[in-house]
Amino acid sequence: MKQFFIKNRISLSVLIAFLIFTGISFFADYQPGKAISKEYFFQFFKEMIFFLPIMFVLIGLGDVWINRDKVEKHIGKDSGLKGIILVMLLSMAQVGPLYGAFPVTYLLWKKGASVRNIFIYIGAFCTIKIPMLTFEIGFLGWKFSLLRTLVSIPAIIIIGIVMEKMVGKKDFTIKQP
Amino acid sequence: MKLLIAFSVIAIVISFIADKRKTFSGIKSGMVMFFKLLPVIISVLIVVSIVLFLIPQEMIIKYLGEESGLTGYIFAAITGSVALIPGFIAYPMAGMLVKSGVGYSVIAVFITTLMMVGIFTLPIEIRFFGRKVSLLRNLFFFIAAILIGLFISLFYNL
Repeated sequence: MKQFFIKNRISLSVLIAFLIFTGISFFADYQPGKAISKEYFFQFFKEMIFFLPIMFVLIGLGDVWINRDKVEKHIGKDSGLKGIILVMLLSMAQVGPLYGAFPVTYLLWKKGASVRNIFIYIGAFCTIKIPMLTFEIGFLGWKFSLLRTLVSIPAIIIIGIVMEKMVGKKDFTIKQP
Repeated sequence: MKLLIAFSVIAIVISFIADKRKTFSGIKSGMVMFFKLLPVIISVLIVVSIVLFLIPQEMIIKYLGEESGLTGYIFAAITGSVALIPGFIAYPMAGMLVKSGVGYSVIAVFITTLMMVGIFTLPIEIRFFGRKVSLLRNLFFFIAAILIGLFISLFYNL
């Protein structure tokens, strides 16, 4: 518990300062302060508080049920092109903001995914997830989306390979938060 | 979102039927991770809220529309990296940018950095990957986003 406070001292100070600021803003009817909390913070908070606990429960369940050997075989070190395609398909089916992808990479890493596939997963999560693409097509047209997707796929694979070369040594690890 | 909830409920039920104890320990470890990460996530959201308030959407649209050429790309890349704008705000914004005459390549850079690079979410990322890897990843994706934009501009200029 004490460790938790020490580790999060900056975050907790920000949180307390913000609470005080918001309290004063509402009390003194300070418009910018009210706008920051109502129009911005609360919207983000809503998205996060519905989404992340579900995500973490699924990760917890994945942790107890998923078989390491299978993951290692399909998206591990020697999985090659098939592994790349599999992680891409996995990330395409996901929803939510980028910070929701990190816990998933922790699970994948723990279960034996390769460094390359971890970063390809993040890249694909950011650029070609299906919920995002449908939205994008609606606002920017399918031609743009298709082009952006086709250009992004090789880019994220190259980044995955480069990252593996640069940091994928023995000491690479994804910590439990 | 509804799909995700439905999926999780089904997963929990199946898991519970298969093995009660395993299910509990899984859910517990998931929630512990969540609460450990919660302070840093909330503080990131606070900082982003304040920044987005200080730099309103209209201003971003105005600047992205005015700058062109390489400065346009770099401005789009920096804005995209710094902002943590959820998709449901970002795409309508991109749609407005197209209507106001901003090139598709600049928009591609903006969207790509927005999704791939997160300066403000770095504290969260560092918790998982450590400082060096997180910085490196963001740097690579930043460069990639600009290259993606350049490629797209080639196609649109053909």
